[in-house]
Amino acid sequence: MSIRFSPSVVTANDLFEGDVVYLTASGAWSRIHRQAQVFTEEAQAQAALTQAQAQPERLVGAYLAPARLGPDGPEPAHFREAFRARGPSNYPHGKQADRMC
Amino acid sequence: MYATSEFDHAFLKTRNAQFRAQVERRISGALTEDEFKPLRLMNGLYLQLHAYMLRVAIPYGTLSSAQMRQLAMIADRWDKGYGHFTTRQNIQFNWPRLRDVPDMLDALAEVGMHAIQTSGNCVRNVTADHFAGAAADEIADPRPVAELLRQWSTDHPEFQFLPRKFKIAITGSPNDRAVTRAHDIGLRMVLRDGQRGFEVIVGGGLGRTPVIGKVLSDFIPEADLLPYIEAILSTYNSFGRRDNKYKARIKIMVNELGLDEVRTRVQSRFDALRREWSGADQAILRDLRHAFTPPAFRVAPTEAFDAAYQADPVFRAFADTNLSAHWQEGYTIVTISLKAHGATPGDASADQMRVLADLAERYGHEELRISHEQNVILPHVHKSDLPALHAGLKAAGLATANVGLVSDIIACPGMDYCALATARSIPVAQDIARRFQAREQEIGGMKIKISGCINACGHHHVGHIGILGLDRAGVENYQITLGGDATQTAALGERAGPGFAYDQIVPAIERLVEAYLSLRSHPQEDFITVFRRLGAQPFKDALYQTGERADAA
Repeated sequence: MSIRFSPSVVTANDLFEGDVVYLTASGAWSRIHRQAQVFTEEAQAQAALTQAQAQPERLVGAYLAPARLGPDGPEPAHFREAFRARGPSNYPHGKQADRMC
Repeated sequence: MYATSEFDHAFLKTRNAQFRAQVERRISGALTEDEFKPLRLMNGLYLQLHAYMLRVAIPYGTLSSAQMRQLAMIADRWDKGYGHFTTRQNIQFNWPRLRDVPDMLDALAEVGMHAIQTSGNCVRNVTADHFAGAAADEIADPRPVAELLRQWSTDHPEFQFLPRKFKIAITGSPNDRAVTRAHDIGLRMVLRDGQRGFEVIVGGGLGRTPVIGKVLSDFIPEADLLPYIEAILSTYNSFGRRDNKYKARIKIMVNELGLDEVRTRVQSRFDALRREWSGADQAILRDLRHAFTPPAFRVAPTEAFDAAYQADPVFRAFADTNLSAHWQEGYTIVTISLKAHGATPGDASADQMRVLADLAERYGHEELRISHEQNVILPHVHKSDLPALHAGLKAAGLATANVGLVSDIIACPGMDYCALATARSIPVAQDIARRFQAREQEIGGMKIKISGCINACGHHHVGHIGILGLDRAGVENYQITLGGDATQTAALGERAGPGFAYDQIVPAIERLVEAYLSLRSHPQEDFITVFRRLGAQPFKDALYQTGERADAA
């Protein structure tokens, strides 16, 4: 049984910084979740993921992460992804420090 | 203290040069991530939620002032100015960049430190009683044996690809501060007819299948210990399961074969290989003993301590909670809490690390320890130096008088950092510590341990109160276990019942603490004693308010 597809963004970690990155509609990679492209069709999402996985020279561990559209753009749909998009809760480090969220 | 040898230096230099080349090949594209990943893990480099993480071993928890200063330098230069001390006597840097890691490893090597075998299916950092060499109850310092184990297991060609990771803990005291019963091998020093040896415990572990270790042998003479451990590893390497990652730890092998069969196979392997041991290990052990001789203690009056104890209530509270008995008269063991109320358990800033290094130099024979409870210890402090030491700690925010109390919480990094986590740990620990700050002396001794997933890095199974964070349908949910014990009377906690939402877990712990306070027969009866006297039911009633509901009905 296949798990029902839900709207997703393509995300990975940057090879050099380790930081979380998202695939945008232009095909570039952004550190900001709300700039990500949300895929609502599974076939398109899988195709984008395959392309991301073919970029090992700059990315590590690409995968599809659930997302939804919010007032300012795509938002993480799971709390794990919300932490990835923001940074840890015990220090103002990571994206939240760089106003990347 | 053990000083690394020329051999150690040459080995680390070669190994670091290899890793530098591997990083370059990953960046150039000559290595894929699949090829690079096992190489970086062998050198302690993980990729976590937000960044890489470098895990550095602190063998048997022992550090010199110079090493601590170097950790501070690394934190400042290549990370975000702090480090996280873990339950396995490691330090983790949470924000390194890939290109910087070879330089970080070189900087570590300058002080004889490394990140080798802090990951992977090999023998991990050998952990020890953090009071080793100082504790009043100790038979002998176990660290010469721990160092022998480190040397033997580092890059051991036969044991680089075990079925799964392998953790060894050692103590020289009858009071177990090293959680020996929750390790793949636990070693407890014992005396028999005046001869020193070890009780060998096997197959303990936490994680998804928590098991209290079983006694494989109640006495292995010290001279036979290394071949006996090699026989255990060899047996595990041959018969441990490799078909299923979750059934690959030695505890599963012990469970499936049975303890008697494991004992027979280990003995047979031991009989075959014992004669191959020429005694070189014992010669090395004799040399190592010299490296761990106690510092030159001084005989001096302790009136300064007595006067401060009488005059200063803040110092008195610190002395009452953070000191432990030293075998040398006039000396004491000082535990420095990394659990300031509201702070991240186990974190120290680079500035704090430098203060710790300086204070250890001035008052503690340049020696520091890291405990599995994520605190720092100065093992040899003369009591007359305590008032000055306390003042120095206070100025750096390191004088929290809460060791062993409700806010002295073990917590893994959890979902704030860890890629494996299913929920946060740190904010739960922070909230509990703040909630009970004003009352913790009244509450007394209490071990709360928090893990952010079933892998149990936060030792929740052996907490008096254990908290396990899970992902339940996309929401953080926290299960509570009751009655765990990490000491020589080790026990696994039992699950209390359904879990609690993130905003309900601290109130739930509050109900447990209130129940304990109302149930204890006197203020010195600690939580675990009350639990053993009354069982889980009154605590479950408090947790789920079932008693009240029964009353209302």
